[in-house]
Amino acid sequence: MQGGNGSGTLRKLATLLVVPVALIVLWEGYKWLWQTTGWGWPFVVNDTTMPHVYSILQAFSQPTTTGGPPLIQSLLHAAWFTMKEAIAGFLLGGVIGFGLAVLLAHVRLLERGLLPFVVGSQTVPILAIAPMVVIGLGSKGVQGWKSVAILAAWLTFFPVAINTLRGLKSPDRRAVELMQSYAASQWSILWRLRVPASLPYIFTALKISATASVIGAIIGETPASIQDGLGGAIVNFNQYYSLQPTFLWATNIICAAMGLVFFGLVVIAEHLVVRRAPENVV
Amino acid sequence: MSVDAGSKAVSIRGVSKTFRTGTTALVDIDLEVEPGEFVSLIGPSGCGKSTVLRIVGDLVQPSAGSVLVNGKPAHRARLDHDYGIVFQDAVLYDWRTVAKNVSLPLEMLGWSRARRKARVEEMLELVELRGFESSRPWQLSGGMQQRVSIARALSFDPSLLLMDEPFGALDEMTRERLNLELLQIWEKAGSTVIFVTHSIPEAVFLSTRVVVMSSRPGRIADVIPVDLPRPRGVATREDTRFFELVTAVREALAAGRVEAPPRSLATGEVY
Repeated sequence: MQGGNGSGTLRKLATLLVVPVALIVLWEGYKWLWQTTGWGWPFVVNDTTMPHVYSILQAFSQPTTTGGPPLIQSLLHAAWFTMKEAIAGFLLGGVIGFGLAVLLAHVRLLERGLLPFVVGSQTVPILAIAPMVVIGLGSKGVQGWKSVAILAAWLTFFPVAINTLRGLKSPDRRAVELMQSYAASQWSILWRLRVPASLPYIFTALKISATASVIGAIIGETPASIQDGLGGAIVNFNQYYSLQPTFLWATNIICAAMGLVFFGLVVIAEHLVVRRAPENVV
Repeated sequence: MSVDAGSKAVSIRGVSKTFRTGTTALVDIDLEVEPGEFVSLIGPSGCGKSTVLRIVGDLVQPSAGSVLVNGKPAHRARLDHDYGIVFQDAVLYDWRTVAKNVSLPLEMLGWSRARRKARVEEMLELVELRGFESSRPWQLSGGMQQRVSIARALSFDPSLLLMDEPFGALDEMTRERLNLELLQIWEKAGSTVIFVTHSIPEAVFLSTRVVVMSSRPGRIADVIPVDLPRPRGVATREDTRFFELVTAVREALAAGRVEAPPRSLATGEVY
């Protein structure tokens, strides 16, 4: 984009604000219309089912227990706890996914034999395996948050594996022949050609994985009955929803913000690492 | 006969190639290339000229026959880095700068950083791309990219240069300029070149010999020595002898077609 840095930044900020403002308008407009007309479909709208945006924002400063810290403080605490699980799971899943892709790219037979099971692993609901993993590992003395990290990795490794595999195979025949003409070893072809060529693919996967690992961490906490994270907060505020609906909505906002932050970190890393022709960026 | 094979830059004997699909690409190719020669392979698409090049480079295995490069089996020669290769596309790695692309083979040969840097500068000087060291490949024009690829192929001083239609994707003007540059580089470097092309004038202009191939199955139809004086330049293309040789290659190409070209009944045109 041309046309002055100042106005460019302003315009970017404005576009960033458009969607939240539109969402707030939609939310409040819907609420107003349904409440004034009294429509009951698909659900009855009142301050419990759809609290006002300002009361959700107000909830951040309210204490959750009498005399306790404001909600925002305990939510940030919980978010940090969940973020740790998510990051650990993200890294673990990333390494496993990458390693698996390298293996599958080099052993044709494995690709055919193993890939269906890799795909199958993703259709098993995480809710079904979460208690097994947390309780099973817990009996071996593994801390709860580490088990949750493993669950997050379960969701993370798959996109990384699939995309990396595609990326490792992306160099065309000439690019490989060039390396062969230098008598390059498989190892050298992997690190000098296949891995750099797959970086745009890997970062596409990491962006998916960043949000998936947050979901994995939150969902993993709930059946594991871990109270310290956002998953615990969601379960907790769910039980008191009829009394304090704004707390749950406030928690949702924090969850979304956390996913955004994580996604943003990956995008920044991508800008620093990937140097490709603009039209070649996946 | 096999005694003098050691002194040849390339010695191709009885090479045939049948692909797994059953297509016969090459039949009974014999070709000897002297050190310092510039040999062009020309022929219609699908005549297997690129396959000959890849067999010499040990990138494709022949079904029969043998290939010696500098008196060694092609496989050994590849492991010894005896040749550099240039493809129709520059095949530059996007994630590397121009300088890093040129130094790729040097890295694999384990050259020190200082030695690589000095050589890269020297090579970019040779192909007139000084100042583009830190550019990215996609920022260069097609002709410039191909010059980087030539610099890369020559960077480790291979005795043999294999070129697979290197200027085929470029416009005519860029092509003629790069032809001239290539000749100057070749005269300086003193390496042997095997050059695959579609273009008759290009083959005649560059070569010491033009090998004319015919298709289905690919074989050598004729070998035409080019006795144009050197150094060749812009005036060479206007030389009467140049036109005679272009005609000779064209006729050899036409004669090499085994199947009579189908004649359209309506127009009598020969395809």
